[in-house]
Amino acid sequence: MEMQNNQDFLAAIQAQFGADVLAHDIAFDILNIEITPSQIHVVIEWLQQHPTLSVNYLTNIAGIHYPESAGREFAVVYQLHSWKNNIRLRIKGYLPKENLHIATVTDLFAGANWMERETYDFFGICFDGHPDLRRILNMEDMDYFPMRKEYVLEDATREDKDDRFFGRNNNEL
Amino acid sequence: MSQELKDIAQNADPANVATINFGPTHPSTHGIFQNILKVDGEKIISSEQTVGYIHRAFEKLAERRPYNQITPITDRLNYCSSPINNIGWEMTVEKLIGVDIPKRVQYMRVIIMELARIADHLICNSVIGVDAGALTSFFYPFSEREKIYELYEELSGARLTTNMGRIGGFERDFTPVFHQKLKSFLKTFPKAFEEFDSMLARNRIFMDRTKGAGPISAERALSYSFSGPNLRAAGVDYDVRAMNPYSSYEDFDFIIPVGVNGDTYDRFMVRQEEIRQSLRIIEQAYQNLPEGDYKADLPDFYLPPKADVYNNMEALIYHFKIVMGETELPVGEVYHAVEGGNGELGYYLISDGGRTPYRLQFRRPCFIYYQAYPEMIKGMPISDAVLTLSSINVIAGELDA
Repeated sequence: MEMQNNQDFLAAIQAQFGADVLAHDIAFDILNIEITPSQIHVVIEWLQQHPTLSVNYLTNIAGIHYPESAGREFAVVYQLHSWKNNIRLRIKGYLPKENLHIATVTDLFAGANWMERETYDFFGICFDGHPDLRRILNMEDMDYFPMRKEYVLEDATREDKDDRFFGRNNNEL
Repeated sequence: MSQELKDIAQNADPANVATINFGPTHPSTHGIFQNILKVDGEKIISSEQTVGYIHRAFEKLAERRPYNQITPITDRLNYCSSPINNIGWEMTVEKLIGVDIPKRVQYMRVIIMELARIADHLICNSVIGVDAGALTSFFYPFSEREKIYELYEELSGARLTTNMGRIGGFERDFTPVFHQKLKSFLKTFPKAFEEFDSMLARNRIFMDRTKGAGPISAERALSYSFSGPNLRAAGVDYDVRAMNPYSSYEDFDFIIPVGVNGDTYDRFMVRQEEIRQSLRIIEQAYQNLPEGDYKADLPDFYLPPKADVYNNMEALIYHFKIVMGETELPVGEVYHAVEGGNGELGYYLISDGGRTPYRLQFRRPCFIYYQAYPEMIKGMPISDAVLTLSSINVIAGELDA
């Protein structure tokens, strides 16, 4: 069987979910596709069951916080791997800070369980339908989500490393 | 799990069920993590895990550190094979900045990473022996691991948390002492290793204790995103070194051993064979070690020699820029994975051009496969749960980040 490449993947996904493919690019040989958040579960399930694309492996799930992009402050990134074609791809969904909900993929990949718990623990993104969405690495009674950009690491005595001198305004967020 | 064990798990009499703590500090957890077991006599009905006891917020720390200061953080992930973590991170940054790494550096890295894999697997496998009651075979390989640590020491000055190499290459070339010690290691190790192997691999008691302990099927292992020796023990030959070769792994001839049952014995045997294959790779890399420089031409990232810093204006400027983290970085998003001691160790780096990563996520194989542990030990006696835990090689540093 013919190996599928990044372009084939993109074309197949666009043909199936045209309206939900919001953006795409290829960075360092990995295909990035932005999908409507509510459709991500459907897309991943379709990719997993597709006979030729056969995306069989969930590499990891990452959260990202972009406090300055209004309406799309949080990103959830699913890194997937198709072993048959040896293609890695990223499915991204952007969520507004008022509504941090996305469907769980634990029904597709058992390993998503702790990845989603970690993302919840760090960013407060809720994975609807997750069997046991609790904090995992931090204390249960922690009352904030530490990986958000507003919680800046403090090294107050290090004035030489002040970000403001290097063109980044982390301290003012 | 056999039908008999399944019945025991399902038909437990609530009056006989006891709840016990396995960990956080228990001699056989080899780290700090807690399992609350519900047991009916010796049989485990269910278990609940708590992790995060040594969570140090590496991903948050990384957002505040220049790239070269992140290497010491990676040391503390899987500290049984820290050079793999270090070099994996350096290669991630090199991928982002797009630099050609000299062939000699790539071969040197392969030698170091495979030495680290040997050290990692030796400890894991000898600890399986300990948990099965064989203490001699635990002490035996330590003299061999010591030789590997001496090799690290010769190259980086450190033994456990090595901070090995630099972005762009190594701090120094292989020294004459390193050459001599590596040659002697290659000569003496195979014999010592086969002696270690003969103590356990066909040992009747060891086989009886480990066969069938904590099995997982290939389907479940894949669903749980297993990687590394634990996945291969279940019969799936996925190895990052073969799938996405990095650092010239495509130049070497090695096989990827796989198991059949995915149980403790198969995991042990897969690691044993991987040690032999690592040795083959080291021999090939060392015999064909190319001439050349031990570092790339990368003045923006690679610190100039100290003597130049004091005498040469340009070197002083580069030194200052690197130490102060003023180097220009490209904007981009990189994922780079290496085959760590425990499986696919990935670095997902998002750079916004600032002097620190905007976001850096570590794909930590331990964290991902440890969640399958309750499923693997269900219906097993506690003694098998102990063996299973040591054979999946959960390293607390990597688990908790």
